[in-house]
Amino acid sequence: MNALLLAAIVAIAPSAAPSPAASPGYVVHIKDFKYAPTPLKIHVGETVKFINDDDEPHTVTATDKSFDSEALDTSGSWTHTFAKAGTYSYFCELHPYMKATVIVTGESK
Amino acid sequence: MKRSDFLEHVSWTGAGIAWTLSASGLMTSVADARGMKTGALSFVQISDSHIGFTRPENPDVAGTLKKTIDDINALPVQPSFVVHTGDLTHLAKPEQFDTVKTMLAQLKAPLVVMPGEHDVIGSPDNYNAAFGSKDAPQGWHSFDMNGVHFVTLVNVFNFEIDGKLGQDQLDWVTKDLAAQKPSTPIVVFGHVPLYALYPQWGWTTEDGAAVLAQLARFDAVTVLNGHIHQIIQHTEGNIKFATAASTAYPQPAPGTADKPGPLKVPDGQLLGVLGYRTVGLAPTAPADVKDHSLA
Repeated sequence: MNALLLAAIVAIAPSAAPSPAASPGYVVHIKDFKYAPTPLKIHVGETVKFINDDDEPHTVTATDKSFDSEALDTSGSWTHTFAKAGTYSYFCELHPYMKATVIVTGESK
Repeated sequence: MKRSDFLEHVSWTGAGIAWTLSASGLMTSVADARGMKTGALSFVQISDSHIGFTRPENPDVAGTLKKTIDDINALPVQPSFVVHTGDLTHLAKPEQFDTVKTMLAQLKAPLVVMPGEHDVIGSPDNYNAAFGSKDAPQGWHSFDMNGVHFVTLVNVFNFEIDGKLGQDQLDWVTKDLAAQKPSTPIVVFGHVPLYALYPQWGWTTEDGAAVLAQLARFDAVTVLNGHIHQIIQHTEGNIKFATAASTAYPQPAPGTADKPGPLKVPDGQLLGVLGYRTVGLAPTAPADVKDHSLA
């Protein structure tokens, strides 16, 4: 019973809290033309899943062009692993006033 | 249609088309056209077909585009050309370009196209593969027809700003317009509105004012855009602006919703808010802009 409960907690944890680098990591939802959460703070080597909850397509496109999801249709998702420390500004190519940030710190956790 | 005919049909950019409509709308031969008044012709504008969109606001965008094409082909007199002011596709996928290209090839009149921001998501490669022209490698171009000067601008290529022409294009259009006489009727096409229609939703071209300033010296200018999926007309001095209805789905009027995006209208009302536009030009008269719904 305890083992099952633990397994359930581990399965839920990735979207809610920092997790080992090998796991799916964090989730950013795109809803009502906004990315949330932002800024998102993670460690080097961690992974972020971006999910489009809007009727409109969006993109997750780095201002420095280091990553680009291309078009995410409704319910579409895209996952990116941040391999280097830094502050990454990103925006939606279709609605460039939508802006957000991922802050990647230090060494891998 | 044979592939060679098809390619010729869709790759036309206006350089050498024969003029076949009189001011009264009667078909004339190219030879007869020499006797016609300079500055008279008619064309059709369509916009924002979003092939690939499948949401409840319009689950059949191919069907409404087909109805638009059928309606235009059924006009008693065919226009000199049909211009599509962008967002041919929803997500710039190759199969979406294939679909829209095959459908637009059914138009009887020649086609002029430009990309919207949905057509160049990620890169302009798929758009260029479908609609690119070696005569206009960067997309923008101009052409003359019966004394009217047409300018097609591309304001969706900037990486971070939707609605920007960029210095290369501004330099080109400055040179292009400088060669025109003030009495020459000017018609400008572009996807995103060229003036600050509603910047809060990105419905503006950041450096559009630089072009509008150069258009001020002409007697009559018509600027036709898409992008906002609704008809809004606006006049500034000698410049008449008009945005077009979509062939796919409407969007809310500026500021009437929290955000732009597809607007669901009650069942049975969709065709009434989709459509195409006919534009008649005659010497010394303002452009005759008429919008036609699919209903």
